[in-house]
Amino acid sequence: MFDAGKIIVGLIVFLALITFPLWYNVAKGKAGYVPELEKPTTADRCVEDTDYMRSNHMDLLNEWRDLVVREGQRVFVDSRGTKYEMSLTRTCLNCHANKDKFCDKCHDYMGVQPYCWDCHVDPKEVR
Amino acid sequence: MGIDRRKFIKLSGLAALGIAGRAAGDVVSTLEESTTLPFERPLVGKRWAMVIDLKKCQQHEGCKDCITACHRIHNVPDFDNPKDEVKWIWEEPFEHAFHEQEHEHIRNDLKHSNVLLLCNHCDNPPCTRVCPTQATWRREKDGIVMMDWHRCIGCRYCVAACPYGSRSFNWRDPRPFIKEIQPNYPTRMRGVVEKCTFCDERLAKGLLPACVEACKEKALVFGDLEDADSEVRQLLGSHFAIRRKATLGTMPEVYYLV
Repeated sequence: MFDAGKIIVGLIVFLALITFPLWYNVAKGKAGYVPELEKPTTADRCVEDTDYMRSNHMDLLNEWRDLVVREGQRVFVDSRGTKYEMSLTRTCLNCHANKDKFCDKCHDYMGVQPYCWDCHVDPKEVR
Repeated sequence: MGIDRRKFIKLSGLAALGIAGRAAGDVVSTLEESTTLPFERPLVGKRWAMVIDLKKCQQHEGCKDCITACHRIHNVPDFDNPKDEVKWIWEEPFEHAFHEQEHEHIRNDLKHSNVLLLCNHCDNPPCTRVCPTQATWRREKDGIVMMDWHRCIGCRYCVAACPYGSRSFNWRDPRPFIKEIQPNYPTRMRGVVEKCTFCDERLAKGLLPACVEACKEKALVFGDLEDADSEVRQLLGSHFAIRRKATLGTMPEVYYLV
């Protein structure tokens, strides 16, 4: 191999640079950072289990969307018989009143950009 | 070595199946316990239609109560520019709305009148036939030509197909042009087609369409054509009514008493 030294040093420098954010966070003690979400105080449970909501809320919302718009179903009855209107603005945001500290915080951390709010309205933003 | 390639592939296939099965089981078991319902007291009809009494409407020239009410609650933007215009319910001169009926010696009150226009919720809607994503469709249970803005990809085939100009395209982001955003109803985004939905969200709650409710003159009547006792049927049975471009075969369901 020609110029083995240069190539290997170059590779090491490259790897160091590209993994810099990881080392930086470890050095700063933020490696285990998880966003702290604001939990609602008005209700003690969501429409489904917390674990289910954490991993599948997007599927649930998609299902709600299709049920409301296409099937004309508007009320969700959970496993305990409690009724909720299937509405992002009127039901979800009722408890998770602070979109910035709940939805956005985790979505920003995960680097996802759902387009719910292109159309649906956060009541706080228009007041 | 204890494991060869063949065995490894078999094992990983089994493992993948197991994981997928568990995940699917989780979803099913959680969702099976919940159900969904419509609202408790919806307005139910088999074929919604509207009758507009032009004489009553013209008694109050310049009245825009119905238009204002509709556009306010549905977050319809006002671009103040005919090129970008978005409208659900609007006015046109009689000769534009009913160019087939118009003639030189037509009644003076019609000649100089404006006609209220909205989506005709056709029984044979050309717009839904051309939609490639089924973002617009005719609801079988009550005949409303619905919109699913989540699905609209903005191809504008429906705008071209509609012979009534009932569909508007959002060429620009509408949000900054909405006077007062109502949080209870979504806005639209750029690149989406919108139109009147006969207030399906209000019917679901048992309320009449916003324009009908807003008209003090009761010039707009909404009801079920399949119900022989409904006000719309009574009106159509006792008055002569015309429809826009009925010869096209779209079977429009907005009737005008002249």
